Amino acid sequence: MASPTGPAAGDAPSPSAVLTAADVTRVVDRMAHQLIEKAGDSLADLVLVGIPTRGAPLARRLAARVAAFSGTSVDVGTVDITLYRDDLRLRGVRALEDTVLPEGGIDGRLVVLVDDVLYSGRSVRAALDALRDVGRPRAVQLAVLVDRGHRELPIRADYVGKNLPTRRGQSVKVHLDEVDGVDEVLITEVGS
Amino acid sequence: MKRHLLEAADLDRADATLVLDTAAQIDAALAGREVKKLPTLRGRTVVNLFFEDSTRTRISFELAAKRLSADVINFSAKGSSVSKGESLKDTALTLEAMGSDAIVVRHQASGAPHRLATWVRGSVVNAGDGTHEHPTQALLDAYTIRHRLGRLEGVRVAVVGDVLHSRVARSNVRLLHTLGAEVTLVAPPTLLPVGVGSWPAEVSYDLDAVLPKADVVMMLRVQAERMNASYFPSAREYSRRYGLDGRRMGALGDDAIVMHPGPMNRGMEIAAEVADSVRSTIVEQVGNGVSVRMAVLYLLLGGNT
Repeated sequence: MASPTGPAAGDAPSPSAVLTAADVTRVVDRMAHQLIEKAGDSLADLVLVGIPTRGAPLARRLAARVAAFSGTSVDVGTVDITLYRDDLRLRGVRALEDTVLPEGGIDGRLVVLVDDVLYSGRSVRAALDALRDVGRPRAVQLAVLVDRGHRELPIRADYVGKNLPTRRGQSVKVHLDEVDGVDEVLITEVGS
Repeated sequence: MKRHLLEAADLDRADATLVLDTAAQIDAALAGREVKKLPTLRGRTVVNLFFEDSTRTRISFELAAKRLSADVINFSAKGSSVSKGESLKDTALTLEAMGSDAIVVRHQASGAPHRLATWVRGSVVNAGDGTHEHPTQALLDAYTIRHRLGRLEGVRVAVVGDVLHSRVARSNVRLLHTLGAEVTLVAPPTLLPVGVGSWPAEVSYDLDAVLPKADVVMMLRVQAERMNASYFPSAREYSRRYGLDGRRMGALGDDAIVMHPGPMNRGMEIAAEVADSVRSTIVEQVGNGVSVRMAVLYLLLGGNT
């Protein structure tokens, strides 16, 4: 699992780690720098909104790193998108997760949605709908730890931790310490 | 979750907790929002089929369905002269043919929602049937207790009044027991049902003895429309022995709360000063009813049907 090169996605049935804990830390640091660079003067306006489950701790980490690098503290929130999903009929209902927004709301601010994996784009669409109901941000951007392709909607991330070419038969799993007790990104074969 | 919600026993502990947690999340997500609407049940149709008068339950269900973007049809059967059994089945089949996804039913006959559930493919939610059950009321009561006291496990709940005719009491005893609370029924012997000994609850005839130990006092409405026999000598005597007035409220513990499912008879089972006190959760219960019913509709209808 701690293979130094990080094996490419092969045909092996066992999960292979494409990012190790050290890689995840480096990638988050880089994304934090990119956020600071791109936000420029509007850094104080920035709100990092995580999409549960794993987007939420990811947003908190990014905020902590942005604060450490820039000295500016950044607001963090989470927005649960379950009630906005278009696949509830296909996949069934599930328990809801927290929705927490900063005190002053998101009106007029620069919101960056944060998620672990960008795949079909449907989660992001649902998150955009949810945001529209809670306020009117000045702009909305998207940050993801892994972009694995196969978009079904015209959605593109502004900040990408790692581009990961995959097949549809593969599954990309992001594990984060806060949720899973370990930091890593795995690819598994599910289709075969 | 089962497909229907007909009685409190349809919910095991995990299901009941899921409903309460979901309601809490919906509450939190909608708090302070300008747009209090979610797109979750877009394109679904919910029929409110009410054979009995109701203000808060019908409006509460209607609001819950609308906040989830479902289409709502209110069918009030009051004044209908068709015989009961037939009309219910015919009505059900008609609604089914028009594509209803859920039927929320209130009926004066105990068991009517169970019959209804055998005729339709969609979900049936019992909004009160005769003297049988009113499960969503029990859910919103449990939600209110958990919200105020922070827990349900081990909470001592006194349910006071006309237990015999009360579907609220029946559902609450079952659900609160499922969730780990300890229920004591307090009523004159004439207003306790036969077989109450088999319920998962203690029974007492003495309100004053129960109050100091109670974390929650749930007052039941004296149902004048069902008082067709001499259940107690006079309203005044009932009020003196089983009514909650200011003096009795003084016997409660510091954090104890007073609940009432509504509509209240002020001065009868509950004094105005109690109903309007800070211990009273009566208005809160109404508000919580909408969130809890949203949770129920989401969990029953949101997924694969």
